Amino acid sequence: MFVFTDIIAHYNQWVTVFLMVAGLYIVVARGNMVKKLVGLSLFQTSVYLLYISAGKILGGTPPIIEAGREVYSNPLPHVLILTAIVVGVATLALGLALVVRINEAFGTIEEDEIFAEDAE
Amino acid sequence: MIASQLPALQVVIPLLGAAVAALTRRSAIAWGIALAVSWTMPLISGALLLQVLTSGPITYSLGGWNPPWGIEYRIDLLNGFVLVLVSLIGAVIIPYARASVEQEIPQGRGAWFYTMYLLCLCGLLGIAITADAFNAFVFLEVSSLSTYVLIALGRDRRALLAAYQYLILGTIGATFYVIGVGLLYTMTGTLNLADIAGRLSEVENARPVLAALAFLTVGISLKLALFPLHVWLPNAYAYAPSAATAFLAATATKVAVYLLIRFFFTVFGVIFVFKTLPVSPIFLALSLAAMFGASIVAVFQNDVKRMLAYSSVAQIGYITLGIALANQDGLTGGIVHLFNHAITKGALFLVMGAVLFRTGSVKLEDLAGLAKRMPISMGAFVVAGLSIIGTPGTAGFISKWYLALGALERGDWWLVFLLVGSSVISIIYIGRVVEATWFRPAGKLASGAREPPRSMLIPALILVAATVYFGFDTTLTVGVAEKAAAALLEGIR
Repeated sequence: MFVFTDIIAHYNQWVTVFLMVAGLYIVVARGNMVKKLVGLSLFQTSVYLLYISAGKILGGTPPIIEAGREVYSNPLPHVLILTAIVVGVATLALGLALVVRINEAFGTIEEDEIFAEDAE
Repeated sequence: MIASQLPALQVVIPLLGAAVAALTRRSAIAWGIALAVSWTMPLISGALLLQVLTSGPITYSLGGWNPPWGIEYRIDLLNGFVLVLVSLIGAVIIPYARASVEQEIPQGRGAWFYTMYLLCLCGLLGIAITADAFNAFVFLEVSSLSTYVLIALGRDRRALLAAYQYLILGTIGATFYVIGVGLLYTMTGTLNLADIAGRLSEVENARPVLAALAFLTVGISLKLALFPLHVWLPNAYAYAPSAATAFLAATATKVAVYLLIRFFFTVFGVIFVFKTLPVSPIFLALSLAAMFGASIVAVFQNDVKRMLAYSSVAQIGYITLGIALANQDGLTGGIVHLFNHAITKGALFLVMGAVLFRTGSVKLEDLAGLAKRMPISMGAFVVAGLSIIGTPGTAGFISKWYLALGALERGDWWLVFLLVGSSVISIIYIGRVVEATWFRPAGKLASGAREPPRSMLIPALILVAATVYFGFDTTLTVGVAEKAAAALLEGIR
């Protein structure tokens, strides 16, 4: 019973949590600055799923008034996540631009190499 | 007619200003736009605060959509006060930025500095003014993304690293914030802060609400650099361009503190956060760790900008201590310190920017004997330094006084000793700078220096004068903070 009610019925939440933790782990565990940004993106993306699952109603249609359609999905989370996607893209773009500049300035994008160089 | 649109204009003007400044591509014109915009902002925020003081909170429905469906801008005493603080600091620093940016920012990028400055101002004012949880996230990211760029514009290549680190941690913080907001939204179905507060009491399952509080607290604490989530701050402040450092140190963390106060007191409620949950002892411990840990680290810094950055972490500890005390005097002290620390630290970073402008270094050994060449600037440093220490007659004393009263009100007299103890450590690090600049023979760099141009000196002196003025006349700071604290604590009585 536990398997059904807590895991399968909420599978989208489990996927969300998995992506969230995986993303954070990559950010912490990787020294390569591009890989860190990939992890960060994954982490941000997991939040999209968190919002969208909450807005989805089984059998619901887009909220357009039409005869015969009575159950509508909540449009607000979708709109919020459109905004969050834009923010995520901007963050990723800025992060990658910074990595390009760091590569020009230090000649590497491995964090430990940069810190070793910096300590001298 | 226009008066009723002031809340929207507070955010729209800097946003449009940033767009226009970006299009000009010319540093001088962009500076002119930034000057016009940032000098308009205090007029608007001042008018708003005055209106709040005379006739109570203002609410504004963006686009004519009524809350809770539309986005609401709501100004009460607390955020009216924060708006005035941010816009005043923004206005004081812009004249200073002209000479400083010309020297520190590579040729042809000056216009981008002013664009980012205005965007950051827009974001910070937006966080303070909005009553919508998700809108606050958008403004948080507007201000954060522009902050990363401002830091990366620093001339040292380590500025890029500092910006990257802050981008990673800042984004994690902001994402935690959205997760928290998302959980609140799924439980209450609304994003309007007052509406969430009203519906939270009807929520039956408390676990998602607890998770939301945890995510929001950690996310916002990253932004406000609460110890031990402050690791991004020292490098960011040390390597950012001087004008950006002064602006960020004085405003960015303060706005995050405001957001935290808003969520703790207005949304979740004092009873839930401080009576049901052990938030108070946790924040007390972290605040004390910041006040001592960061102060001690500051003592051992040789880069004065870095020293002041660690001092900022310590001073933020005082503000969060006020939140942790969660009583009338303590919270008043916290809110007052938000203001007092902003003007004090702004003044100190402006002086250090002027030193960097004339000598090209802020290393302690390079500053030896500087006071003989730059007596006004270094005199200003001493006065603002006294305010960091909390000497009577300066703004810093007022906030620490109220924090001590708040501690005594709870019966925690030992906290008063710790407050004094932390101040003693700040005497050491401020003292090191004063000793080097005033009492040592002039070094090579210092002997060639002279006072900075008036456009840089006057803004610094204005902030220093403000630290002294608000040490004597507290009607604006304490007067407003007391009423704001009373309104926030209403639920507890």
